[in-house]
Amino acid sequence: MVENKSLEEEDNQGSSRRDFLKKTSVMTAIALTPAAAIKASDLKLDEKLADALEQVPLSIDINGQHHDLKVEPRLTLLDLLREKLRLTGTKKGCDQGQCGACTVHIDGVRTNSCLTLAVMHDGARITTIEGLATGNQLHPMQEAFIKHDGFQCGYCTPGQIMSAVACINEGHAGSEKEIREFMSGNICRCGAYANIVNAIQEVKAGGSRA
Amino acid sequence: MQYRKLKLEVAVHNFQYTRAKNAAGAIAELSKNPAAKLVAGGTNLIDLMKYGVMAPDRLVDINRLSYNAIQKESGVLSIGATVTNSVAAANEMVLQYQPLLSQAMLAGASPQLRNKATMGGNLLQRTRCPYFYDISEPCNKREPGTGCGALKGYNRMHAIFGASDACIAVNPSDMNVALVALDASVQVTGPKGKRNIPIAEFHRLPGKHPELDNTLDRREVITGLLIPDNAFSKHTTYLKVRDRASYAFALISVAVALEMEETTEGTTIKEVHLAMGGVAHKPWRLTAAEQLLKGKKATVENFKMAAELAMQGAKSYGHNDFKLKLAPNSIVQALKTASGIKA
Ligand SMILES: Cc1cc2nc3c(=O)[nH]c(=O)nc-3n(C[C@H](O)[C@H](O)[C@H](O)COP(=O)(O)OP(=O)(O)OC[C@H]3O[C@@H](n4cnc5c(N)ncnc54)[C@H](O)[C@@H]3O)c2cc1C
Ligand code: FES
Ligand code: FES
Repeated sequence: MVENKSLEEEDNQGSSRRDFLKKTSVMTAIALTPAAAIKASDLKLDEKLADALEQVPLSIDINGQHHDLKVEPRLTLLDLLREKLRLTGTKKGCDQGQCGACTVHIDGVRTNSCLTLAVMHDGARITTIEGLATGNQLHPMQEAFIKHDGFQCGYCTPGQIMSAVACINEGHAGSEKEIREFMSGNICRCGAYANIVNAIQEVKAGGSRA
Repeated sequence: MQYRKLKLEVAVHNFQYTRAKNAAGAIAELSKNPAAKLVAGGTNLIDLMKYGVMAPDRLVDINRLSYNAIQKESGVLSIGATVTNSVAAANEMVLQYQPLLSQAMLAGASPQLRNKATMGGNLLQRTRCPYFYDISEPCNKREPGTGCGALKGYNRMHAIFGASDACIAVNPSDMNVALVALDASVQVTGPKGKRNIPIAEFHRLPGKHPELDNTLDRREVITGLLIPDNAFSKHTTYLKVRDRASYAFALISVAVALEMEETTEGTTIKEVHLAMGGVAHKPWRLTAAEQLLKGKKATVENFKMAAELAMQGAKSYGHNDFKLKLAPNSIVQALKTASGIKA
C-alpha cells in the first residue's frame, strides 16, 4: 500500500508518463513470478500499467494548431481541451449534455464536447472560444455579447457564443422565436437570455461573417 | 487536484477503442467480445458510462462506416444509420416526403446533441428512468432481479400502457414515435446476414425481461432505416408536451399523419396513422383509434371518441396519474392541428 500511495502522489504532482512507464515496466518484469504478480495486482499496478499502454494516437487541429497526441480512449474532448491542453475557455457545467457550456465546433459543427471522446476525432478541426478572435480583433459575436450584456457571471458564455455563431451559420437565426428554439441547448442560470437573443439578432442583421 | 483526478480517472472506467473499417469488422468485434459496444454519436452511451450504468470494455467506433447516405428509390426513402438527426431533419427529401420524421427529430434534445445523435443511436437510446440512471437504486432493466424502484417510487415520467410489474419505464425517443406512425423498418446486418425489422417489432414491451429494450441481436449492426412513401405530407403533426418549452423529454407526445379527402359529406379522413410517446416501453401505435377515424368526418367529436378509445387499458402509478388526462387531450389537440379544423 505504501508504494501505491507514493505512485499516486507522484502522479498528482504531475510526474511525466515516461517516469511512470519506467516504473511500471520494472513491475512487468517482476510480475512474471506469481507472488509478485499478486502483490502487483493488490497494489493495482497492473491496472496502471494497462492504462499506460492503452494510449491511442490522436492527430487533431485545435484553433489552427496541429497536435500529435497520445490519449486514453476514455478522455472526452472537453477534458482533452481543459485538462491536457489547458484551453480552459471551454467550460464544464454538467458534464452530461444538459447545459451546453462545453459547446465547441468540430469541423464547423457545434457539439457538446463533454459527450464525445477525443479519440473519435482523429483528423478533425476543432474551434474553441479561444480560437474565435483574430489576433486582438474580437469576433463580431463576442463584441455583440459585450455590447448587449449577454452575460452576468459569464460561465455559460463561451458555450453561448460558440452556439450563437453556429446558429447563424446554420441559418437558424431568422426570428426571435427561431433563435430561442435553436439556442435552447445552452442554459444560462443568470437568465441573460433576452440580451443573448438581442446580440444574435444584431450580428445577424449586420450580416457580419459569423 | 483531487477533484480533477476523480473526474478523469474514477468516473469513467477505462476501455479499449477500435475504429471499425466496415460492418464485417464491427460484427467480428461484437461476436468475439460480449462486453464490446458500438459507439456512434456517443451522446447516450458515454452519458451512461459516466453514471456507471453501462461499462463496455471496448468501444467500436462506427462513424467511418459508409452508412451516411439519404436516398429515394422506388417509393422508399432510406436513411443511413450514421446520418445525424440534424442532417436528416434538414434533408430536402425527408422534408418533402416524410415531414413528420423531421418534425419529431427537431423536437428532440438540442441542436448540439442532434449534430452528434445518429439514426441508429437514437433508435437504441435507453430509458431516462431515474432508477435506471442511479446505480445505488434497484432497477430490473439495469440489473435484472433487483426490483423496480419506480413502481412505488417517483414515477412521474413513467408508462401508462403495456408496463409490467418488472418495469414501468418508457422509451424516451421522439424520432421513434414518428417512425412507428410511418411504418418504417430497420435494416440490420449481423453474423447471420441481413434482415429488415418492421419498426413495430423492433422495440419490445418489458414483460419479465425489461433488460431487453428491443429485438436486435447484440452482434447485429443497424445499417439504415426504410420509410415507404405515403400521402400524408400535407397533414402531419408532432405534438410534444414537456416541462420546458424546449430541450426536455416528452411527458406525452403524439404523432399524427392524415390523408384527407373532400367528399359530398365534407372533409373526411381517408387514411390515418397515430402514435404516442412517453406512455410505454415502446413507441405506442393507436390502432383502435385509427380504425375508428378511418372514413369519418374530421370533427372534434370524432377526435374525442378516438382519444377515449385509445385510452382503454391505460393504468397509472401515482405521480403519473395526470397522464390519463393529458394523453387524450393531446391526441385531440394533435388531430385538430393536423386536420386544420377549427374549434
Ligand atoms: C441532455 C439530453 C437531452 C436529450 N433530449 C432528448 C429528447 O428530448 N428527445 C429524444 O428523442 N432524445 C433526446 N436525447 C437523446 C438523444 O437523442 C440520444 O442520445 C441520441 O439519439 C443517441 O444517438 P447516438 O448516435 O449519440 O448514440 P450512441 O450513444 O452512440 O449509441 C446509443 C446506443 O446505440 C448503439 N448503436 C449506435 N449505433 C448503432 C448501430 N448503427 N447499430 C447498432 N447499435 C448501435 C450503441 O452501441 C449504444 O448502445 C437527449 C440526450 C441528452 C444527453
Ligand atoms: S458540460 Fe457539456 S453540456 Fe454541460
Ligand atoms: S451568464 Fe451566468 S450562467 Fe449564463
